[in-house]
Amino acid sequence: MLQLTGVVDDRSMRAQYLDRMDIERERGITIKSQAVRMPWAVGGDVFALNMIDTPGHVDFTYEVSRSLAACEGAVLLVDAAQGIEAQTLANLYLAMENDLTIIPVLNKIDLPAAQPDKYAEELANLIGGDPADCLRVSGKTGIGVGELLDKIVATVPAPQGDPKAPARAMIFDSVYDSYRGVVTYVRMIDGSLSPREKIQMMSTRAVHELLEIGVSSPEPEATQGLGVGEVGYLITGVKDVRQSKVGDTVTTVNKPATEALVGYSEPLPMVFSGVYPIDGSDYPDLREALDKLKLSDAALVYEPETSVALGFGFRCGFLGLLHLEIVTERLEREFGLELIATAPSVVYEVTLDDGKEVTVTNPSEFPGGKIRKVLEPMVRSTILAPKDYVGTIMDLCQTRRGVMIDMQYLGEDRVQLRYTLPLAEIVFDFFDQLKSKTQGYASLDYEEAGLAEGDLVKVDLLLQGEQVDAFSAIVHKDKAYAYGVMITGKLRELIPRQQFEVPIQAAIGARIIARESIRAVRKDVLAKCYGGDISRKRKLLEKQKEGKKRMKMVGRVEVPQEAFIAALSSDGEKKGEKKAK
Amino acid sequence: MAGPLPEGDKAPENGMLSASETAGSESRTFHAYVHIPFCKDICGYCDFNTYTATQLGSLKQSDYAASLISEIQFSAQVLEQSMVAPRKFSTVFFGGGTPSLLPATDLTEILNSLEQTFGFTDSAEITTEANPDTVTREKFEALRAAGFNRVSIGMQSGVQGVLDTLERTHNPENVSKAFEIVQELGFGTSLDLIFGAPGETLEQWCESLEAAISLRPDHLSAYSLIVEPGTKLARQIKSGELADVDEDLQAEKYELTEKLLVAAGYTWYEISNWSKSEKLQSKHNLAYWMGQDWWGYGPGAHSHLGSVRWWNQKHPLSYSKKLEHSLSPAAGREQLSEATAKLERVLLESRTATGMSIDELEELEHGAKSRIPQLIADELVDGAQAIKGRLVLSLKGRLLADAVVRTLTN
Repeated sequence: MLQLTGVVDDRSMRAQYLDRMDIERERGITIKSQAVRMPWAVGGDVFALNMIDTPGHVDFTYEVSRSLAACEGAVLLVDAAQGIEAQTLANLYLAMENDLTIIPVLNKIDLPAAQPDKYAEELANLIGGDPADCLRVSGKTGIGVGELLDKIVATVPAPQGDPKAPARAMIFDSVYDSYRGVVTYVRMIDGSLSPREKIQMMSTRAVHELLEIGVSSPEPEATQGLGVGEVGYLITGVKDVRQSKVGDTVTTVNKPATEALVGYSEPLPMVFSGVYPIDGSDYPDLREALDKLKLSDAALVYEPETSVALGFGFRCGFLGLLHLEIVTERLEREFGLELIATAPSVVYEVTLDDGKEVTVTNPSEFPGGKIRKVLEPMVRSTILAPKDYVGTIMDLCQTRRGVMIDMQYLGEDRVQLRYTLPLAEIVFDFFDQLKSKTQGYASLDYEEAGLAEGDLVKVDLLLQGEQVDAFSAIVHKDKAYAYGVMITGKLRELIPRQQFEVPIQAAIGARIIARESIRAVRKDVLAKCYGGDISRKRKLLEKQKEGKKRMKMVGRVEVPQEAFIAALSSDGEKKGEKKAK
Repeated sequence: MAGPLPEGDKAPENGMLSASETAGSESRTFHAYVHIPFCKDICGYCDFNTYTATQLGSLKQSDYAASLISEIQFSAQVLEQSMVAPRKFSTVFFGGGTPSLLPATDLTEILNSLEQTFGFTDSAEITTEANPDTVTREKFEALRAAGFNRVSIGMQSGVQGVLDTLERTHNPENVSKAFEIVQELGFGTSLDLIFGAPGETLEQWCESLEAAISLRPDHLSAYSLIVEPGTKLARQIKSGELADVDEDLQAEKYELTEKLLVAAGYTWYEISNWSKSEKLQSKHNLAYWMGQDWWGYGPGAHSHLGSVRWWNQKHPLSYSKKLEHSLSPAAGREQLSEATAKLERVLLESRTATGMSIDELEELEHGAKSRIPQLIADELVDGAQAIKGRLVLSLKGRLLADAVVRTLTN
């Protein structure tokens, strides 16, 4: 579309043009929505099409919902080689909720594995209509893109709004740019905005001067203003992204609107993890990096935390696992930090015997003593897969304490399974397991489904009697033993032998449920000096001492940071590979 | 293949030492190490600086004595010009390589040069290493006459299979024959053993120890095999051809060594060394651990004088070239800072049975004293000796000596 409409010339074009972050391009995904404006002529009239490219992944549903609320229509792109995925359904549902005109499109029809007829049928079943109405395009070769643009012009209604009314612009994204400060993306609902005008944020009443106003096409292009229905950006010189809250309404000081537009609900973090610098002296850098990242990622929350095993770090809240992975990767890549994240956990509501209620975001803070009940977050998940894998998926959901809601066939051989699952069971390695057990064919989507009481206990890990907080986990009672055996076994392999025997125990309260021990090392001495080469021996000792500095002390036990890192990675091999890069 | 030289500073071409560097030399004894970098074959485990005839290139073994004598003269000149008061050598040690590969006349000539240039103290210990299969009565008669009074025989093992793994060229019978010759000629005797060759069992090591003890040497060294990177042995282990060294089994072998040697009347005086009596300890060996001064002659040899360590050009050819041009053959040197010198003292002295004074240790490493109770509790340090004010390693502590030093110098 970018090429065909001429906003990006052939020479500058590259795949994933709008995905600006390296991480997006490497993974072939979209994390941040990007707005772009394109001209398209039909029958002599030139139309301005404002498009927002949105993420598809479940973690970023909030980002999608904001973008959809700013639109009149949605192009539902489905990969003609892979078909409908669980997240397609979620996004389709969101678009229908927003009463948008939906244009179903099968993309990548140039691929040898494409099955456009089959998936057109599936799409038609989902949204009604004729499979023939489903457009078939190839972004790569350009086939069908012109038809798609024509269809957008023909079917998507022009924006409704009063050009004469006081200005009202909905903020759907706001991004921090190190050169330009905060860039606020808006959709004009009523009225218009022009450069040098004084604007006001309706929620905070804060007044800013408009330094620049423009549209993305797709590079930022200053304009003389934004009119009804247009999508563009505002720059006010503000440095703090929080001054430009997503969902807020922008109006002008001279002719203020009286009623704000209906905003968006703030996304709540679902998954928590402790993020620590591998080198403790990087802690201030980590803080600074988080502060900066927060400017363009409002969903990220964090507060300082200290761990016996890992030192100083932050407990961070994320929208989901992908979000966690992306944030840690961006911190490492964009800020040059080396980090370790503890196993992700969810938020528990614990009621003590005396009626006191405690919210637990860090397993090591799970209260001891008598507990009346523990509530854990649940999700309603949708899994789509070829029918041959139904049994496998049901087994997996069963072991993850899932309760089936229903199962239905989407086409001849594709099945949709819906399960209620504890979120905690999903955040660990559910998705990896699902993918590996279905040869990558299954897709997963989930949404919050409130809290439910669970028979949960906290398992602590003790190294020579000292609790190692990073390994405390809240698990279902039936799985406590397995977790204890797994984690003690893993650490026994990873922690080097010491000058004394080191017991490793897993415990629920005072009750030991698993035990391993690391035998004492028996020999640690160099036999000989080579012809009086003392330097060599001393340098070896100095090197060993240097290595010792990187050790974390748990009581008297010296543990290399790498051992904790390896033990914390849910599936050692995959994480190890990534670290090695 | 020889291991790398340490990294250090550039050594001055004239080899000169400053007054501050050599300060206190009158209170230290002076020792000579003479390196003979030749072997008939290179053993698979060895990473010493030694070469076979074919690896030497244009260099002739017969010219080697002359190079060494040049360095001896050069050393005398450097010490004199550096205003170091002349000292006689308390010990001389010919090591290798295979010193016994050189003709007795060459060895005699080198020893004479040392004696004429520096002189020997009255009871000087003059040792040469010997490969069991190069010991002949004729040659060692000549060496005895030249002034050598101690022979250290590279026995390594008493089990043929183990000798094969180590790629030694001798056999167990050679050892006793060689030993008888040197004993009859009135040399002090020492046997070198290596434990931990891949595949060596505890029983085989026991057999080696018993064979060594049955010869009743004055002195015994037992070295744990170290797989040095770059050696043939390291490659064989990496490829899976030979088993890796099991450090737990090594510990058991060391404990067995101590047990059998003590039962046979030997006492340890350094982690890898035992002797029949205090008098029969190797004074040369102890000089290294006690931080005395020594000049190492020959390619790749290491020297220590006061607060300076240096090491020579590694290859015999580049070594002799330097000397031909009247330049110092040193390849690099290291100036020991006060902190480094302190660390070395703890590292080296703690390895000896004499150990070190705890008060002195505390002066060297502030805070070390406070860590001793835990080391006693962990049975790494001899508690009875500590009460008397000395830090001496226990048997368990000897096996974990490096860990103890790390703890003490934390």
